[in-house]
Amino acid sequence: MINTSNILKPNYVVALEKSWYLFRKYPIIPLGVFFLLVFVAIFAPILAPLDPAQGSIRTRHIPPVWLEGGTAAHFFGTDSLGRDMLSRVIYGARIVVMVAVSVIFAGGIFGTIIGMFAGYLGGLVDEIAMRIVDLLLAMPFLLVALTVVIVFGQSLTQMIILLIIFSWDNFARVVRAESLRIKGDAYIDAARIAGASDIRIVFRHILPGVFGVVLIVASLRVGQLILIEATLSFLGAGLPKSVPAWGVMVADGQGWITTAWWIAAIPGIMIFAVVMSFNFLGDWMRDYFDPRLRQSA
Amino acid sequence: MYEAWGIKLGLDKPLYIQYLTWLRDVMRADFGESLYHNREPYDLIKERLPATVSLAAIAFCWAILVGVPLGVLSAVKRGTFVDYFARGFALLGQAMPVFWVALMSILIFSVELGWLPTSRKSGLDSYIMPALCLGWLPAAALLRITRGSMLEILDGEFIKLARAKGVSPIGVIWKHAFRNALIAPVTMAAIIIASFLTGTVVIEAVFAWPGLGGLSIDAIKNNDFPMMSAIILMFGVFYLAANMLVDLLYMVLDPRVRVE
Repeated sequence: MINTSNILKPNYVVALEKSWYLFRKYPIIPLGVFFLLVFVAIFAPILAPLDPAQGSIRTRHIPPVWLEGGTAAHFFGTDSLGRDMLSRVIYGARIVVMVAVSVIFAGGIFGTIIGMFAGYLGGLVDEIAMRIVDLLLAMPFLLVALTVVIVFGQSLTQMIILLIIFSWDNFARVVRAESLRIKGDAYIDAARIAGASDIRIVFRHILPGVFGVVLIVASLRVGQLILIEATLSFLGAGLPKSVPAWGVMVADGQGWITTAWWIAAIPGIMIFAVVMSFNFLGDWMRDYFDPRLRQSA
Repeated sequence: MYEAWGIKLGLDKPLYIQYLTWLRDVMRADFGESLYHNREPYDLIKERLPATVSLAAIAFCWAILVGVPLGVLSAVKRGTFVDYFARGFALLGQAMPVFWVALMSILIFSVELGWLPTSRKSGLDSYIMPALCLGWLPAAALLRITRGSMLEILDGEFIKLARAKGVSPIGVIWKHAFRNALIAPVTMAAIIIASFLTGTVVIEAVFAWPGLGGLSIDAIKNNDFPMMSAIILMFGVFYLAANMLVDLLYMVLDPRVRVE
């Protein structure tokens, strides 16, 4: 049967419908936000109009450009110390990318290795690894993080290490389940008969099989990680006050909520937009590549 | 003076001895004395507990009452306006930072509109904003998981059989599908209770709520170790209890578990 529904419509409607279809099928806006974030993070020193740490009391509390009293010199206005909000937001993108990338990489690699060995070797190794995972699940992360910060002080590296410790377990659990499945496949038996060592089997034959799952878990975790980092920074337990992280900026604005609301509002919108796009991307990747994971992740 | 305190607190002994002493004392329900408040942590926790529990209970109720039915509706009316609304609600809840939502709601409803009190616990209306902010994320998570498992189950053969048998649409949804779909949200409920432990810390910090969250932040800021260990231990026990409750609930909900 010939499809006649398109013939009757004007050209531009067809084009619109086509783009709407693409829009629904692929996560275009989230991808755009993602690339924008990475681009801004890399070129922050070039893009930022002013120094994010420099401010003067005379330029204090200037509202954003679209409000009454705003100037084009400070697009997002200025904060309580007269620092340019736009520059701070741009440098904040750097922090987000840095934290997300390093934590996902380190946590992902560590969790994958543990998960593969736990799933493949089974027995005592499996038992120990999974009990550690359970232990991590039972710990109130926020309180542990606060305690660590009080004992050791605040820094970016410490924050990243803490987040790695509390993010590898998710990878380990999913990878273990996947390794258990792969372990039963005939080609693993074949490799073993051919005399391959356990280490060779794990890295050569199981790793390619779990790689897709790892990518999906990573993309689903990024949003949560960014939220956790922002929450810790907001409570004063994450990044030090001198770092222009978005969570720290919201905390700065808390005291001025009645007079200068944009100080808290703008960085919050940034966190929201970035987390939302990452969540979208993660869901999309999961549905597109591996719908089986729906239940577990 | 400094050293005398060190000896009194047992800080001169090796770490494992310190730990064992602490363990021995805890077994006797003795958490020492809060260094900052000069009172027993047990009394302080007892004093602050009601504010946190009542807040968490309201948030939990609204998360369940909104999340689960909306999740079912969104699965049943898949692709309609209701579905899009529900998914939008979930997406917002999972992406917005809790502390930011709390601040913005203060800005809009207290500062601009003047409808609700900005912070501190007073009448019932002071519960509205903290509870809504605290419950949004769990409601979103519940909605998504309910929707997912409902969609899967509505696909099943036994649902088709029930429909063919002439069971009313409402009966099919609530009696046949929902009972089977309930297992995933119940698991989620344990995680939600655990997430309240951190959630209340943030919410209480923003709304100046006189509960355990504020107490724990104070304890940490003042290096109040006896207080801190008591709170962390309590949270841990609370979490394990929630998990156990869920395991028991499984047996009620799912006869298949009972056979094993």
